[in-house]
Parts: sequence; C-alpha cells; structure tokens
Amino acid sequence: MAEQHTIQNQTLPPNPEKATLEGRNKYLGFWFFLGGETVLFASLFGTYLGLRGGTLDGPGPAELFHLNLVFIMTMILLTSSLTSVFAIINMKRGNYKKLLMWMWLTVLLGLGFLGFEIYEFYEYYHQGLGFSTSAFASSFYTLVGTHGAHVAFGICWISTLLIRYRKTGLTLTNAPKFYTAVLYWHFIDVVWVFIFTVVYLLGIGG
Amino acid sequence: MSSHSDPSAPLQGGPTKSTERKLKRESRTQLVAFVLMIFMTSLAFVSIGSDAIPNGFAIPFILMLAGIQVVLQLYFFMHMNEKGTAWINIMIWSGMFVAALTVGALMFLLGIVKY
Repeated sequence: MAEQHTIQNQTLPPNPEKATLEGRNKYLGFWFFLGGETVLFASLFGTYLGLRGGTLDGPGPAELFHLNLVFIMTMILLTSSLTSVFAIINMKRGNYKKLLMWMWLTVLLGLGFLGFEIYEFYEYYHQGLGFSTSAFASSFYTLVGTHGAHVAFGICWISTLLIRYRKTGLTLTNAPKFYTAVLYWHFIDVVWVFIFTVVYLLGIGG
Repeated sequence: MSSHSDPSAPLQGGPTKSTERKLKRESRTQLVAFVLMIFMTSLAFVSIGSDAIPNGFAIPFILMLAGIQVVLQLYFFMHMNEKGTAWINIMIWSGMFVAALTVGALMFLLGIVKY
C-alpha cells in the first residue's frame, strides 16, 4: 500500500504548505477567518466614514494629516508585502535560510511601520486629538489603531515562528504556519491600502 | 497514504525543474505586481497632493486605484489565482460583499448621503 509514499514524504513537494491534510485545513480555515476580518474592518470603516465630519472643537483631518509621513508608511508596508512573498517563493524552493532571512526582513519593516504609527499618534495627541476629543477622533483611533494592533500581532506571530523554528529546517509542520502568517501579513497590507486611501487621502483632499 | 511519514522531518532536496520554472515565472509576475502597486500608490498620492487635479475627479480615481491594488494583492501575492482556490475565492468575495453592504448601510444610517 505505502510503497513509495515514505520516500515521497521526505522530499520537497511543490507546495509544502498544502502537502498534509492539516496544512490544507489551516489554509482553508485561515481564509474563512480573513473573510470575517474583512467584515470587522468594514464596520470600522463605515463608522469612520459616518463620523469623520464630527470634529467638534478639536483638530480635523486636514490639519493633522501629513502626506509625506503616510507615504513613507505606505511604502514600508508595501515593501514588507514583497519581502514576505519572496519568503514563500524560497519556501517552495526548499531554501530555508532564505525563507528565514526574508521573514526577518518583513518583521523589521513591520517594526518600522509600527514605529511611525506610534510617533504619529503621539504627535496627534500633542496637537490636541485625544481619543474622546470628538467623534472623528474616536473613530479614527479605533480604525487605524485596530490596524496597528494587527500589525503588532503579526510581528509577534512571525517572530515567534522564526524563533521556534530557527533550527528545525523546513518541515511539513512549519510550512503551513509560515504560509498562513504571510497570508495574514498581506491581508494587513490590503487593509492599509484602504486606510491610506479612505482615511488619509480623502481626509486631506476630500 | 502518508501514515509512514514524519511531518516534523526536514524536507530534503530541491524543487523539480518544472516547479523551478514555475517559481521563476511567479517571482517575475510578483515583482511586476509590486512595481504596479508602488506606481498606483504614488499616483494616488500625487492626485491628492497636487492642486491641479480637481477633487471631483481625484476621489473616484483613488478609490479605483485602491480597488485594483486589492485585486493585485489577493490574486498575485496571496495566490488566489492558483488552481483549487474556489472556496477561498468564495470566502473572500462574500466577505467583501458583506463589507460593502456594511460600509454603505453604516454611512446611510449616520446620515452621510453626499459623496
């Protein structure tokens, strides 16, 4: 029955993340989760769009937002999406060292992004935008802060994987874990595309 | 069929020739997708940042660019263009459908009808 399969399972399959049933289940289940996350962010976006005009006496979007800062943050996050894609390509090549290297680079870029975001919130707070200053302030901090929390969680997730599996080499157990972590990271990037468009660009231009 | 295998054993060997070819092609398209994304992002920032472009045009334009970028991310970076992703497509598109309804409904509920 299992004549050649034992050998087959030791060698690198074309898609190591989907070679086991557990891997396929992780992959499918993770997309179910992402479908739900889409709806979570949609409700925050809807709330923000509804409430963004309500600035009371506090500062509004046009006074606060700076295109340069947002542009740098966007470039960092887009680049981190590319580095994680390279990580997955190297995973499919069986090049574990390069997989780890690209993943660490992704983590570093994520940390850079998060640093800018913390600086940004700190700056806004000192310009008089507290969480409860106005309806705009609460909905802005909730939407962008939830995204930032996702970035922070992604950084923790990926670095945990990187530390836990630093010496094991690529296996059928950790391949799906790296793959789903990268999917999560891309999803964060997708959400950011809408944040920079709807929150920052519309806030400055519209 | 995989009852004799140890999933925690390191995988040996490299990709087959056809896999390697496929990966080469894939990384090329992903690089192109990335350049496109950077280009569209810059375009969006420029169209809002410069005074020459009226907002009536810029706003729908940047929303369209965001839509294209999302499709690029989903289909090239998140591999939704590959075979056997029917369920994944169903999940993410129904998520987007509900998301669009949610955004629309919340905005109407809060009285924002002019955009």
